[in-house]
Amino acid sequence: MTDNTSSIKQVQQEIVDEFAAFGDWMDKYEYLIELGHSLPVIDEQKKQEDRLIKGCQSRVWLDSEFRDGRLWFTADSDAIITKGIISLLIRVYNGRTPDEILSADNSFIEEIGLRENLSPTRANGLVSMMEQIREDALKYKGQ
Amino acid sequence: MIQDIDQIRSHFPYLQCARGGDRQLIYFDNAATTQKPRAVIDATSRWLQEANANVHRAIYGLAASATEHYEAGREAVRGLINAASKDEIVLTSGTTASINLLANIYGQKYIRPGDEILLSEGEHHSNIVPWQMLCARTGARLRYFPVGEDGQWDLGAAERILAEGKVKIVSAAHISNVLGIVNPVGELTVLAHRYGAVIHLDGAQGIVHEGIDVQETPCDFYSFSGHKLYALTGTGVLYGRRSLLETLPPWMGGGEMVDTVTYERTTYAPVPLRFEAGTPNFIAAATLKPAIDFVTSVDVPQVRENEKRMTDYLMRELNAVDGLRIIGSGGKKAPLISFTVEGAHHSDIATLLDKMGVAVRSGQMCSEPLLAKFGLTGAVRVSLAAYNTMQECEAFMGALRKVLAMLR
Ligand SMILES: Cc1ncc(COP(=O)(O)O)c(C=O)c1O
Repeated sequence: MTDNTSSIKQVQQEIVDEFAAFGDWMDKYEYLIELGHSLPVIDEQKKQEDRLIKGCQSRVWLDSEFRDGRLWFTADSDAIITKGIISLLIRVYNGRTPDEILSADNSFIEEIGLRENLSPTRANGLVSMMEQIREDALKYKGQ
Repeated sequence: MIQDIDQIRSHFPYLQCARGGDRQLIYFDNAATTQKPRAVIDATSRWLQEANANVHRAIYGLAASATEHYEAGREAVRGLINAASKDEIVLTSGTTASINLLANIYGQKYIRPGDEILLSEGEHHSNIVPWQMLCARTGARLRYFPVGEDGQWDLGAAERILAEGKVKIVSAAHISNVLGIVNPVGELTVLAHRYGAVIHLDGAQGIVHEGIDVQETPCDFYSFSGHKLYALTGTGVLYGRRSLLETLPPWMGGGEMVDTVTYERTTYAPVPLRFEAGTPNFIAAATLKPAIDFVTSVDVPQVRENEKRMTDYLMRELNAVDGLRIIGSGGKKAPLISFTVEGAHHSDIATLLDKMGVAVRSGQMCSEPLLAKFGLTGAVRVSLAAYNTMQECEAFMGALRKVLAMLR
């Protein structure tokens, strides 16, 4: 779980540094697959239609909870690489205030060489998932 | 004649580009669209420079030349499918446009409440949705005849539906874009006609791997996309048997589809221009000619033989992969194979194959109902063209094994 004393930027930088250690794409993706396997699976009961992000090749479920002014996410996907990237996003955004989330950007994904996975044409659900995270943040903003 | 595979490949500038050092991208998504031969690329650029004027309108020489190129595209299509006349060739923007056009013009003239439209269960969304829309508009009923577990048509079931006597039009794929099986379209044509229905064949894949002679297989309509047959995107064909086509009203109204227009009413141009309202995508359509010239200049039996060897190899090797399931294993197989692998998601497989330099399709492939019938939400598809090689197939299999080792 994210240490809340480090900012979104800091956690993103940590991830960038971790990925800088990998020599080639294969190591990167092996790591993503590992992360995907270690992401806690979402409760089957929460895999409801209304939490399913539609229109993607890989199905992505995202559930959020708002506690003490902060957002907490659980997510899942049927594709393991998508799940690995989700786990990075959750590491960055979990336990943040809506304002923090709304003012963040995702350029770290580009820095770790995974930009293609976040391009809108990739149909892998990540772009929609990011939109959903921001929408949830907007919903709770000012509460 | 273009003889061997190296010669074929030398016609495609794309295949000469290297990617990531000296590694070449293996392009196995040809069912979506093909790479373009140099003749098509060069003609496009030449005509943009030398023959760009609106077609079928003006008197001056440049316009005449543009019109000639456009009409040469139409004539090349006529020759390719052996239509009796080039007036039977309606140029469209693609298969989707062709089927929407057909559903509208045929529907307006012949479909009434209670009539039935018969499709196979193995259709692309482009050959489902326009008919659903037509049914919603007219009160007609859409019916499907089944494909079996191995992907083959159940013609007996098709006949039983036809024998009820309500089907006005049958529309089915020559080769399914998921199953890759060459369907018995000749037999279906005979059946449709026996029970008084007309038949349209979706030839988007069929034109590429089988070809059609519309006099030998006397379907009433046949559609395909130019861009899957080496021509530019935004090109397509609706073939219609003349005696039937001539009875159909236009769909879109506009320039060039008219005979005389007053403020009150219009009489329409003869076929096929009646169905080509507005400025067509004329330079793209003209590339049908160099594209078809390419297709007919290769040694066709040898290309088919090569495709068959690659298909047999892939079927054998894929079948040997633990947990791999081929969707549509029966019948005569075109070089188009879809599969799923237990424990590995299709989008993960495609992502990693891309990293290894192999482009394959993954997902629903615009065939959600068919995949749902097989209990699937997606699959991986490899589809070959004339320029693919056995070495590429071997490299693909090697890459797939590595990918699966990473994922499982
Ligand atoms: C069988 C079939 N029908 C229709 C289409 C639609 O073709 P287009 O997108 O060129 O209109 C395709 C293309 O994927 C196809 O394979």
